[in-house]
Amino acid sequence: MAHAHTTHAPADKYYVPHGSPWPIIGSVSLFTTVLGAALWINESSSGPVLFSVGLLLVAFMFAGWFGTVIKESENRFYNEAVDRSFRMGMMWFIFSEVMFFAAFFGALWYARQYSVPWLGGEGVKVFTNYLLWDNFEAAWPTNGPGDVGGDFETIPAFGLPAINTAILLTSGVTITIAHHALKAGKRGMLNVFLALTFLLGFTFVFLQAEEYMEAYQHLNLTLGSGIYGSTFFMLTGFHGFHVTVGAIMLTVIWIRCLRGHFTPTHHFAFEGVAWYWHFVDVVWLGLFIFVYWL
Amino acid sequence: MLKILKCAAAAIAACLPAGAAFAAWELNMPVGVTELSREIHGLHMLIFWVCVLIAVVVFGAMIYSIVKFRHSKGAIPATFDHSTKVEVVWTVIPIAILVGMAIPAAETLIKIEDMRGSDLSVKVTGYQWQWHYDYIDHNVNFFSRISRDSDAARQLNSGIDPTSVENYLLEVDKRLVVPVDSKIRILLTSSDVIHAWWVPAFGMKKDAYPGFVNELWFRATEPGIYRGQCAELCGYDHAFMPVVVEVKSKQDFDAWLQAQQAGDAPAAQPAAIDSQSDNASATTTVARAE
Amino acid sequence: MSTVHTHAGHQADTHHDAHDHHGPEKGWRRWVFATNHKDIGTMYLLFSLTMFFVGGTMAMIIRAELFQPGLQLVNPMFFNSMTTMHALVMIFGAVMPAFVGLANWMIPLQVGAPDMALPRMNNFSFWILPFAFTLLLSTLFVEGGAPASGWTMYPPLVLQTGDAFPLMIFAVHLMGASSIMGAINVIVTIMNMRAPGMSLLKMPLFTWSWLITAYLLIAVMPVLAGAVTMLLTDHYFGTTFFEAAGGGDPVMYQHIFWFFGHPEVYIMILPAFGIVSEIIPTFSRKRLFGYDAMVYAIASIAFLSFIVWAHHMFTVGMPLAGQMFFMLATMLIAVPTGVKVFNWTATMYKGSLSFEPPMLFALSFLFLFSIGGFSGLMLAIVPADFQYHDTYFVVAHFHYVLVPGAVFAIMAAVYYWLPKWTGHMYNNALAKAHFWASTIFVNVLFFPQHFLGLAGMPRRIPDYNTQFADWNMVSSIGAFGFGLSQLLLVAVIWQSVRGGVKATDKVWDSGMPHGLEWTLSSPPPYHSFEVAPEVK
Ligand code: HEA
Ligand code: HEA
Ligand code: CUA
Ligand SMILES: [Cu+2]
Repeated sequence: MAHAHTTHAPADKYYVPHGSPWPIIGSVSLFTTVLGAALWINESSSGPVLFSVGLLLVAFMFAGWFGTVIKESENRFYNEAVDRSFRMGMMWFIFSEVMFFAAFFGALWYARQYSVPWLGGEGVKVFTNYLLWDNFEAAWPTNGPGDVGGDFETIPAFGLPAINTAILLTSGVTITIAHHALKAGKRGMLNVFLALTFLLGFTFVFLQAEEYMEAYQHLNLTLGSGIYGSTFFMLTGFHGFHVTVGAIMLTVIWIRCLRGHFTPTHHFAFEGVAWYWHFVDVVWLGLFIFVYWL
Repeated sequence: MLKILKCAAAAIAACLPAGAAFAAWELNMPVGVTELSREIHGLHMLIFWVCVLIAVVVFGAMIYSIVKFRHSKGAIPATFDHSTKVEVVWTVIPIAILVGMAIPAAETLIKIEDMRGSDLSVKVTGYQWQWHYDYIDHNVNFFSRISRDSDAARQLNSGIDPTSVENYLLEVDKRLVVPVDSKIRILLTSSDVIHAWWVPAFGMKKDAYPGFVNELWFRATEPGIYRGQCAELCGYDHAFMPVVVEVKSKQDFDAWLQAQQAGDAPAAQPAAIDSQSDNASATTTVARAE
Repeated sequence: MSTVHTHAGHQADTHHDAHDHHGPEKGWRRWVFATNHKDIGTMYLLFSLTMFFVGGTMAMIIRAELFQPGLQLVNPMFFNSMTTMHALVMIFGAVMPAFVGLANWMIPLQVGAPDMALPRMNNFSFWILPFAFTLLLSTLFVEGGAPASGWTMYPPLVLQTGDAFPLMIFAVHLMGASSIMGAINVIVTIMNMRAPGMSLLKMPLFTWSWLITAYLLIAVMPVLAGAVTMLLTDHYFGTTFFEAAGGGDPVMYQHIFWFFGHPEVYIMILPAFGIVSEIIPTFSRKRLFGYDAMVYAIASIAFLSFIVWAHHMFTVGMPLAGQMFFMLATMLIAVPTGVKVFNWTATMYKGSLSFEPPMLFALSFLFLFSIGGFSGLMLAIVPADFQYHDTYFVVAHFHYVLVPGAVFAIMAAVYYWLPKWTGHMYNNALAKAHFWASTIFVNVLFFPQHFLGLAGMPRRIPDYNTQFADWNMVSSIGAFGFGLSQLLLVAVIWQSVRGGVKATDKVWDSGMPHGLEWTLSSPPPYHSFEVAPEVK
């Protein structure tokens, strides 16, 4: 498209790249990162350094790998079948993420449905309460019979979280508008609404950070606030991380749009990111309902 | 049909242990000393023979095919490749067998889970690596850890021949003592990691968790000494925390209990319910000092 | 001919002429930068073989210590580390990568594709593994020793691990990432790259079994990652997911772990089912009996595997209804598995059987896997499991399904496809010697463990009462014999790679209608199917 130099497009064939350094760079960088993290946790001074180097390498790998893919894509190496592979790959990747979240939602559900009531003497574990936790009554939220982390307050659902919900839902609308604009060939509208989307995303992350500060500084709600704090921060934190990644991906896509990438019919990367964004959105709804509200 | 199977199973089961003349070459699960453990043993034998029966049929068909239809003997392959009829048959028959199996299993399970009423409750707490027994209504409690001679022999390259130690690894310094023909309720918990309290002769095994209390019960019908082991990996000395229960006649038990209360018992340890105490080495030293 | 060597940082444009025929790159680049499904498959298989020896060596240490009562060789901590590492290495290092390697080699060949769908990601999935295992095995040398809490990593015990702890957790994360990417690749290849005319119900069963396995992987590997992440935060960041004082529960970990763990064991057996379903018809010279039923059986097993996990936890003190449910659901799995066993038998019935090494291993699988399945069924009976649980009866059960089950199926597959891969026939006599030695010793090794378990020997112990001495000695002798026999496998593979009688395209000319892989030369061309074949 905008690029003048195209080799002849081998679109009749499924494109099979020949040798790529990026995966091995990826493996080395992941290894460096986690080794750094492990050393850091074990309080070795080389840990933080190695960890940072690893992260930089990971960023370098993504830039290089996706850069190669973008170039190949812009040069029309990919036929429809390749495009379909990317789509399927992205969908199953998102599914695996859903299952990752499922583990944490499962923990929340188990704690509320079983372990906390049991500690309070309900169901089959009457003696648990009687012999060990005599003065504990099951309730939610709780930091457990050991009063781990001391008294805390929770973030009310209909404050910041509700605003954040509105923000994410809006961003779901803006990206859909951007998508329609792309399909209709309205580049200006595409650029504006895509920008709006990632700005909303970053706003969400910013507000989430505010909320964490509030929790830590004023509510005494921390990771260490028993099972409530554990599930609260694990779920919102893991989600917040996904929003951050999603917003970065949106930004990258936006830059590509500015550079004139994508056509009304050929824009897998855009759609992949959009799916990811919707996924993050839906997970948030689950979070809002089960973590903040109920 | 089930009845016949059960009888057959019981009959052959009865022969099995007798057949094994040398205890060390034991092949089968020993029969226990509680009604439930005998029922469990029956279930074990039942499912075992069901499996043997199916194996005879299935393996028989395989062996028949292997022997009969050999290329080297010029067998000509048939061309059929499915038959809805037989496929339905060999889906339905296993379902029927399984339902037949599940019913007696469920019955026994319901009995096992019937915790109502008990004659004596003992709170059992697992420690790395010993048990603490607390007769909660009788103010008697003590630790129970591996006996000294086993402990000496089991050290790396101790030079002591394990066969020279009686009940190697299965003897403790102080046994849990309970009366015969009484429903004993065990309230299980742990002070550090997960352990499991198991006495094979009672057919009962249950995990001991820090911060939670699990229940199990048994009613031994014969006095005697019954041995078991911790059955959940609990660290360094997991292999070395035996469970030994002495079942006494009711009179003997009462006498024993009175003696304990009168002070024969070692100085009462601090009640072991603090689930937060995860300092394993400290508790071990306590026990050693004693 | 312009193969593009992409260097980090350079290249203003990437051109590539796909109309040319490429051979492999030369030297180390061929392997490190590999995107070719066969090269990656080969690396997976060699990695797996290496890990089989590493994990096997650990098993030998276990068996040597258990050779007689008393502690002679290692201290209990190191013994527990060996148990833990043996299992992790065997499961994540040997069996799973072997299946992925077979998938890499065979799926494109079986569906008529030029390569895997996402070749670069394919390389990534493989190369993560050596690094993950470097992390895991490095724990043998860190302060506090290697993880020693069993492969199940139950808290709170696992939280007592020393410096090895984060290394183990991150190694598991990496293995998970590798598996998920591998699984995505398999699904996409199968769903998107089948040759025209190959409808789903025309796919070879190995491909089918892998499709379903890949779904299982994507569904459960992230759950394992979640579980170990919670372990990490419990240990270092003050959370109390698995601690009662904070309102959590150690049993919660077990539920999450086994939600992964049970499907995981089927991940290790479904591709084995696929392999056996390929081999038995070939050497029975008769079509597979009940193809459709075989597919549906795999699907049912996969579905059921999600609702039986708590059968590993009957002694945790679950409510009665829970125990009942998990018992019944577990027993149900015997039905579709039975369908498979019966169909294999019916395939042989009235066939014309010959007994080449792949068939021998497949037959051994049939008998010995079934024995493992039967003991599994016994374990499912809750009251009886109160006796069996955490004894050597369980160890016997799962080794029967894993070693003469999964591992024998892998060996069968290697013997079946090795000539296709290398282009050379292998030494039949040596392979048969390997078969007989393995089959005899594996039974000497694991059958007595049933007796030990029933007599009351707990698992994960380095020392035992003298009543268990005799069978343990028998088992250990079997173990050494089995271990040594595996050297024969290496010899056979080595010879076949080096040379030998040329293999024909069909390799096994049994007159059976064959899959697409047999229409290609042996070894197949570098790009498997440049032009998609037409399937009728
Ligand atoms: C490849 C791996 C694999 C496979 C296929 C299986 C298959 C099965 N497993 Fe196994 N299992 C493990 C690997 C595997 N398992 C592992 C690793 C552990 C221990 C983990 C740990 O604790 O470390 C374990 C533990 C384990 C337990 C827990 C034991 C305990 O800790 O107390 C249970 C309990 O129910 C169980 C049951 C079963 C059942 C019912 C099957 C069924 O799928 C078997 C079905 C097959 C058959 C039944 C045979 C063929 C069928 C016929 C011929 C038809 C007719 C038959 C009948 C109608 C009876 N397994
Ligand atoms: C796919 C999985 C897999 C495989 C293939 C194996 C293979 C073997 N396993 Fe493993 N095992 C597990 C999975 C597996 N195991 C799991 C999940 C556990 C539970 C762990 C836990 O409790 O947490 C376990 C536990 C386990 C135990 C119980 C340990 C305990 O409870 O403390 C034992 C004991 O005998 C054992 C033995 C063996 C042996 C002898 C082999 C043999 O088949 C290995 C044979 C291979 C070799 C030996 C390597 C090749 C040859 C050489 C290296 C040549 C040199 C040989 C000699 C010097 C003799 N295993
Ligand atoms: Cu206590 Cu094992
Ligand atoms: Cu299971």
